[in-house]
Amino acid sequence: MLDDFLIRAALAGVGVAIAAAPLGCFVVWRRMAYFGEATAHAAILGVALSLALSMSIFAGTLFAALVMALLITGLTQRSYAMDTLLGVVAHSSLAVGLVAVSLMEGVRVDLMGYLFGDILAVSRGDLAVIWLGAAAVCALVLWRWSALLTATLNPDLATASGIDPRREQLIFTLALAVTVAVAIKVVGVLLIVALLIIPAAAARPFSRTPEVMAAIAMLIGISAALGGLRLSYLYDTPTGPTIVCMLAGAFLVANLRALFQTANRA
Amino acid sequence: MSLITATGLTVKVGDVTALTGVNFAIRPGEIVTIVGPNGSGKSTLLRALIGAVKPAKGMVERKPGLRIGYVPQKLAIDATLPLTVRRFLNLPHRRAASDIDTALREADVAGLADRQMSALSGGQFQRVLLARALMDRPELLILDEATQGLDQPGSAAFYQKIADLRDSLNCAVLMVSHELHVVMSASDRVICLNGHVCCEGAPDIVASAPEYRALFGTGTGGALALYRHEHTHSHDHTHDHGHNHDHEAAE
Repeated sequence: MLDDFLIRAALAGVGVAIAAAPLGCFVVWRRMAYFGEATAHAAILGVALSLALSMSIFAGTLFAALVMALLITGLTQRSYAMDTLLGVVAHSSLAVGLVAVSLMEGVRVDLMGYLFGDILAVSRGDLAVIWLGAAAVCALVLWRWSALLTATLNPDLATASGIDPRREQLIFTLALAVTVAVAIKVVGVLLIVALLIIPAAAARPFSRTPEVMAAIAMLIGISAALGGLRLSYLYDTPTGPTIVCMLAGAFLVANLRALFQTANRA
Repeated sequence: MSLITATGLTVKVGDVTALTGVNFAIRPGEIVTIVGPNGSGKSTLLRALIGAVKPAKGMVERKPGLRIGYVPQKLAIDATLPLTVRRFLNLPHRRAASDIDTALREADVAGLADRQMSALSGGQFQRVLLARALMDRPELLILDEATQGLDQPGSAAFYQKIADLRDSLNCAVLMVSHELHVVMSASDRVICLNGHVCCEGAPDIVASAPEYRALFGTGTGGALALYRHEHTHSHDHTHDHGHNHDHEAAE
């Protein structure tokens, strides 16, 4: 069954969607979309690192994403707003990474594959890495769910309940880095954040509790991964961007419904 | 035996020294209010007492196993986070439905369990925060500017509620406020803070202390007296309060 590249691609997409949805809810609730962006862009530096040291892309991107996430967590806002700093870091690391990869001698790399994903080229090995990573992220988020949620509401409230908000932040950061590293193959560094935040944002109008929102986000993510794969196969479009187009469509529909409801109530 | 004792507490926030050499203790059942101008380190002191910031010097000792109920200054719940009152009260640990109903009733917001947090009014929100703080049957209730955004009758009712809860739950209360006239008359002890402890003692003593007058002027003395009068008046026939004592002395 795993011999079929389409099956492998579908499994890869579903695995990443499952890991990204609950984590993406926290990215949205904590208003950390730009933080996620900076972490994801740093992964291209990791690709350069992997090629230079001829180690696995997964290890390199995980390392780079983790270092970047920890670095910007520790950034204190002095003379620039956090927003500006993240913008500087995100785009600089992307640019430096691209330059570094192109300077690598004797290596022919498909840069587009890293930028926008190459889900149809997922190997059995990639699949194992994706599912192990996704399982780890899910286990981590599930284990820390209540503590993370409390720390997201208010760090002092968490401290008074015996939760260390810095520790929860660290766990969140770690989960984010792993997600980035496993999602590269599927959607590429430029579109990873879309996979995190769009399912969560699309699930919001249908949800009354955080758990329901995460579950609906997961369903939306999985459907978009499978639907996008199918459409890209039928119309010969790039798969990663097609998946994100599906997500954008889901977001639009979800909010049209909300708009319609508001209009009805008025 | 004090619930929390801080000795020689010095706390830095970034490069700024927010508190210098603060000594503090609170006994079981006591209501202590910290007053001080903006930036005087009131919230920092609370955060140091609950362990959210590490002191640069000095130490904080909490009674082992101390149950703290904490009501934060503000809780900005992002609009993207769907949260019912019930789910909020179940954080971070799941609770029995009966405990949730009890806490909501104690905070005078019974029946709100299935409402979205974002749909609550300012006063309801504050009381739901209070209900959450009561879930653990706290020995010490800590409130950081808990009445921000409430109008004056609203805050007066809120503080009356706190005083009643102290009597029924027998917990100590530590609160921070800049609404001097509303909050001080319900306190056993007032601490006037401005980076260090300027003066402390019974409300009357603090209100007439030169250090306090230097910070807040003499104008608040009148408002304090005015509030006291209303307070005594409105509760004479409903409660048999230990406070009456205090008021007689003041008037």
